[in-house]
Amino acid sequence: MNVRAHVSMVFHLDKCIGCHTCSLACKNLWTDRPGTEYMWWNNVETKPGTGYPTLYEDQEQYHGGWVLEDGKLRLKLGSRPTELVNISFNPRLPTLDDYYEPFTYRYKDLIDARPGEDQPVAKPISMITGEEMEIEAGPNWDDDLSGSPVYASNDPNLKALDQEQRKQFLEMQQLVFFYLPRICNHCLNPSCVAACPTGAIYKRGEDGIVLVSQEKCQGWRMCVSGCPYKKVYFNWNSGKAEKCILCYPRLETGQAPGCMHSCVGKIRYLGVVLYDADRIEETASRPDRELVEAQRNIILDPFDPDVIRQAQKDGVDEKVITAARKSPVYKYVKLWRLALPLHPEWRTLPMLFYVPPLLPVTASLTQQGRYELATDFFSSLESARMPIRYMASLFTAGDEDTVIAVYRKLLAGRMFKRAETVGDIPMEKALKALEEAQLTPREVEDIYYLTSLASFEEMFVIPPMLREVAIEMGVEPHEFQEERGAGFVRIPERGL
Amino acid sequence: MDAFWFIAFPYLALVLAIGVGIYRYYANRYSYSSLSSQLLENRKLFWGSVPWHYGITLILLAHLFAGLFPDAAAFILGGRIRLLVLELTGMALALFALFGLIVLIIRRLPTTSLVRRATSYMDGIVLAFLLVQVATGVSIAIFERWGSLWYLRTAVPWFWSLVKLHPDMSTVATLPGFVKVHFVVGFAIILLFPFTRLVHLVMFPIYYLWRPYQVVIWNRRPGGATVHSTETTR
Repeated sequence: MNVRAHVSMVFHLDKCIGCHTCSLACKNLWTDRPGTEYMWWNNVETKPGTGYPTLYEDQEQYHGGWVLEDGKLRLKLGSRPTELVNISFNPRLPTLDDYYEPFTYRYKDLIDARPGEDQPVAKPISMITGEEMEIEAGPNWDDDLSGSPVYASNDPNLKALDQEQRKQFLEMQQLVFFYLPRICNHCLNPSCVAACPTGAIYKRGEDGIVLVSQEKCQGWRMCVSGCPYKKVYFNWNSGKAEKCILCYPRLETGQAPGCMHSCVGKIRYLGVVLYDADRIEETASRPDRELVEAQRNIILDPFDPDVIRQAQKDGVDEKVITAARKSPVYKYVKLWRLALPLHPEWRTLPMLFYVPPLLPVTASLTQQGRYELATDFFSSLESARMPIRYMASLFTAGDEDTVIAVYRKLLAGRMFKRAETVGDIPMEKALKALEEAQLTPREVEDIYYLTSLASFEEMFVIPPMLREVAIEMGVEPHEFQEERGAGFVRIPERGL
Repeated sequence: MDAFWFIAFPYLALVLAIGVGIYRYYANRYSYSSLSSQLLENRKLFWGSVPWHYGITLILLAHLFAGLFPDAAAFILGGRIRLLVLELTGMALALFALFGLIVLIIRRLPTTSLVRRATSYMDGIVLAFLLVQVATGVSIAIFERWGSLWYLRTAVPWFWSLVKLHPDMSTVATLPGFVKVHFVVGFAIILLFPFTRLVHLVMFPIYYLWRPYQVVIWNRRPGGATVHSTETTR
């Protein structure tokens, strides 16, 4: 056992209203520079949908992540020699067309227009060339399905459904969607790190944040292809790869990341989990259906005396262990087993987790003009509006049982609270559902509290991370800034 | 005049290439990048970058091999058939590289394109020099045949005389003008190397073949005093 700490996040998808505030906070903080216009380190996708960049989930096209060959993990991108051979032209690199050409409008036209009969118009211009352009795509072109089943029907996850299910699913009246906010997953087995020929990408030992060293990066672009989530981006201006940094300068000063801090629906939880670094490869090499359970197992119980002893031995600070005990992420992922990793079959062991959405309850209008809940909704998962198989394709590598277990808990919790507060469901029925879902009323109250009532301090629990304190006395601050701090001693300018 | 171009200039180019290259690496490592523009334009890049890089890499290696081991090269080129095959291969690779280079130049020409936005004036200079160099190289192969052989008796001794600090340009002084241009532009490109994106040439990450896949960096190693240590999990 080799205990390390990891700063992780949970997204409660039932609470996401798709407002994109997180994306904008991130954009304004980090990607408003030349070369980064098209990047959205945080983006919110409508699911079903094709995502950003388009069809990033289709690994037959992009070759991201890992594959298991004869029980061994290999980069889907290819062997090391293959990568070096492809270094002058990366055949798996998404181009700007797969994202979108960033645009703005020439607002000055509105002011400079000569008086005339017609209303002046601000023409769209490319943010890269400054030339006039036709807008053909955007970072959220299929937002809310864009009033069409076209985007939804191209979702790679729909391959999990059979012909009939697909048809039913895509009928406009049946069509239902939810939002999927995505940032870098700060994986335990990151394929971007493995794909980087230079070794410029690294994982921080103390908190697990994955970063690109801007000094070391030489712009070979293999990380962009290697990451199955397409969360490493190429800055065309600096010639360097960039990615979500989990707002580490904010974390180190005790503030929540920009996306989390600005979240309107309070869907995000951030906390520390302890994990066993000796079992990373073993966990990532399990068969598809065992991946979620294996990842739950690699996360360690911070109350277990053995774990605590080993953590102390491995240099995990006491404050970090304390934070791990109060971690909302630990509760959702390990204790309640409600939060699942996104696409575990890519075997990067992503360390962000999602509570799948229950979606609005199906209801019908009665003759008396009263909404009635569909009678079988709480008992029958088969009538769920989003097919279980679709969710399994997203969150459990196709294992429906794991998704059903999560939904049973979520539904039982709702039934129990409904019976308690509204009373239109008999309590016996609710208690029976709890039993089936293997939940106790006490647990439901805890889940309910953290889901609906918790304060920001309970949703965001990190130990003090001041890097300056972690540096020994006697190290020149200037040297520290050069070697380990955020930012540069000199202005980072594009090379010639 | 020849003395400048064939004795002083090569020394100047080499000293600057090594000196400035090392200085730039340590003073401004951030500026070391392949400066790829594949994100902005993919299709022409395929037809340009692939022929160019493969063609020119093999040709450069052949130049380097013959320059470093002239005896071995002479032995290999000793047979008629072998000489013919190698000359033809070299010619094909040169045309391959030239084709790629022309595509790369065309790719950057349109003034309103996305790639143009990621093009510096230095890129233009580099492309122009490379074009002259490859074009003169191809014309040597066509008009002054069996260059792979006479290279060993002309340019190689001159090169070694420079290395041994006993400059002797007698073996190259009488060569035709465009052959001399090929030599001088070659050193001009070496001179340009530390001031342009050509630095990516020496950054080729061959160590990827043996570096561990995962990289974990500790600010302070748990249980130890080492600051900023690198450790790998696989």
